[in-house]
Amino acid sequence: MSTLAEPLAAPSEPTTVELTYREAINAALEDEMAADEAVVLMGEDVSADGGVFKTNHGLVEQFGPSRVRNTPICENGFMGVALGMSLTGLRPVVEIMFADFLPTAGDAIVNQLPKYRYMSGGQFSVPVTVRSISGALGRFGTQHSATGESWFMSLPGLRVVTASSPGAAYELLRSAIHDDNPVIFHEHKALYGRKGTVRRGAIADLGKAAVLREGSDVTIVATLLMVERALKAADQLAADGISTEVIDLRWIRPLDLATIAASVSKTGRLVVSEEQVHAGGWGATIISELTMAGQSWHAAPRAVSLPADLPIPYSPPLENEIIPSVERIAAAARTALGR
Amino acid sequence: MSDPLSPDHVAWFRKMLEIRLFEEKVQELFMQGAIQGTTHLCQGQEAVSVGAIGAMRPGDVQTNTYRGHGEALALGMAPETAFAELMGRSSGCSGGVGGSMHLIDVSKGNIGANAIVGAGLPIAVGAAVAFQIRQQPHVALSFFGDGATNIGTFHEALNMAAVWTAPVVFIITNNLYGEYSPLRSTTPLDDLARRAGPYGFPGVIVDGQDVDAVHGATSDAVERARRGEGPTLLEMKTYRYRGHSRADPAKYRPEGELERWTSRDPIELLGARLAADGRVSPDDQAAMRAEVQAEIDAAADRAVQSPYPTLEETERYVYAG
Repeated sequence: MSTLAEPLAAPSEPTTVELTYREAINAALEDEMAADEAVVLMGEDVSADGGVFKTNHGLVEQFGPSRVRNTPICENGFMGVALGMSLTGLRPVVEIMFADFLPTAGDAIVNQLPKYRYMSGGQFSVPVTVRSISGALGRFGTQHSATGESWFMSLPGLRVVTASSPGAAYELLRSAIHDDNPVIFHEHKALYGRKGTVRRGAIADLGKAAVLREGSDVTIVATLLMVERALKAADQLAADGISTEVIDLRWIRPLDLATIAASVSKTGRLVVSEEQVHAGGWGATIISELTMAGQSWHAAPRAVSLPADLPIPYSPPLENEIIPSVERIAAAARTALGR
Repeated sequence: MSDPLSPDHVAWFRKMLEIRLFEEKVQELFMQGAIQGTTHLCQGQEAVSVGAIGAMRPGDVQTNTYRGHGEALALGMAPETAFAELMGRSSGCSGGVGGSMHLIDVSKGNIGANAIVGAGLPIAVGAAVAFQIRQQPHVALSFFGDGATNIGTFHEALNMAAVWTAPVVFIITNNLYGEYSPLRSTTPLDDLARRAGPYGFPGVIVDGQDVDAVHGATSDAVERARRGEGPTLLEMKTYRYRGHSRADPAKYRPEGELERWTSRDPIELLGARLAADGRVSPDDQAAMRAEVQAEIDAAADRAVQSPYPTLEETERYVYAG
């Protein structure tokens, strides 16, 4: 059976293809499962009609229901199962249907996956990838719309990564699956239909942010859906003669502070654009870390974020209103420039 | 049931003595400050650890809990290695970073001692499913307490194990108390084995003081799992001689309860059988006890000589690769 994207016979030599974000996820899963029998995909309805968001199309037909395994609805339980699998030689990829369900597996994510190797004195490696289907604008309401991207960023032993485009999704998911440590991989549900260039067979560097657009006046750091909005904001700013550097943060743990510091040392101005409340997130951490490291600023850093005191509403115009827009991101950059 | 003349009996007797005297030594070292924090001792439960572990074969794995010294020793961890871990020393099984609640040794099939109630059950199911997927003839066991049968992961793990016919054996060490609370104040039934019923696999009540009963029931469950017939829930009826943890004097126990249980002490029960069939006389048992005591004392003395690890040494435990 074929998957969404055409299978690749020899993924060692990267081939450039145009895929949707959904197809890119599918291709990464297919390539990893084809290359390594230890890779299994599990979660709620992962094999049912290609999965709830159709990212798993064709996988159960190709790899069978043992390796593409539907689970009962019990995130903490099946996250523990994935941990047990990883201790005995498998490389499970766990799909969490909505990021909002990650806290249901809170013990496994906070106390088990990141600490298991440490508290055994390094006896184990824990190659578990958690695919978290994240983000707003699906009209899914308060309990199905979080990105959750910063919820677990403070846990030693864990890695957290975000995918902003088809190419990033493909390469970063492969990087997560290859890593011998637990990785939470966030994919944004509003991006599934986006098309983009994918280097089929390539794999992303661990812990590296990507400078997507170079500029000299202001740096915008973003993740997930905010990346394409930051790029559009940069286009608007360019029309006003403002040169914007746009960085796709990608990894939230570890944070690539070196890439951001290099950019801000050039521009002296920083806007963090985040689909989350600012407090306690990667944006606040970046500003804190750079400031503590003695970064000098031409203007105070700005944050474009979700409202501090409002959960995400269902009502479509309200949901649209609270998610940082291209205009708000551009306005924050102009403010930083005093314009 | 196992052969009543099994040659393992003498080894089991010695191992149960080792666990008992290890735990008594831990208590002593705690009073001296050589072991800090908390400890959860298992005196009284030795037959469960030794009898059930005795049913495992090479390649099988198990998870246990913060009250897991008995399982770790039964699986063959050297007392010195265990003491060193409890003392936070670099020669401990986990380099001293784990402590009393995490006696882990993957080389002996001990893939986890968990300080979160109920967390070990799904991990055992995961190991069991991995054996299935890789078509390996191994079984996973999970030891946990009566208190764990009220947490979600117990039910989630039993459900998944049943749905997937996973080769796993769930072992409740029912010592009648969940931390400080008597079983019936938190749980609406006395026989926890009944909790297997709704999941459609066998639940078996076992005399946890009788190492033969434990070994027989566990062997049956392990071989059933190995034949591909799925999980079993075993309820070992036993008793915790000490309180929940170091801080608990266990004053909540009704008068006479401890004495009723010590009158069926698992080590004395097996010792009486060994004496009755003439294999190990009471004098020889006393000599064996003295020998094990000397080994335990020497192991603790050696463990305390081990240096503390440095933080830098432990950094490589955080991330693999």
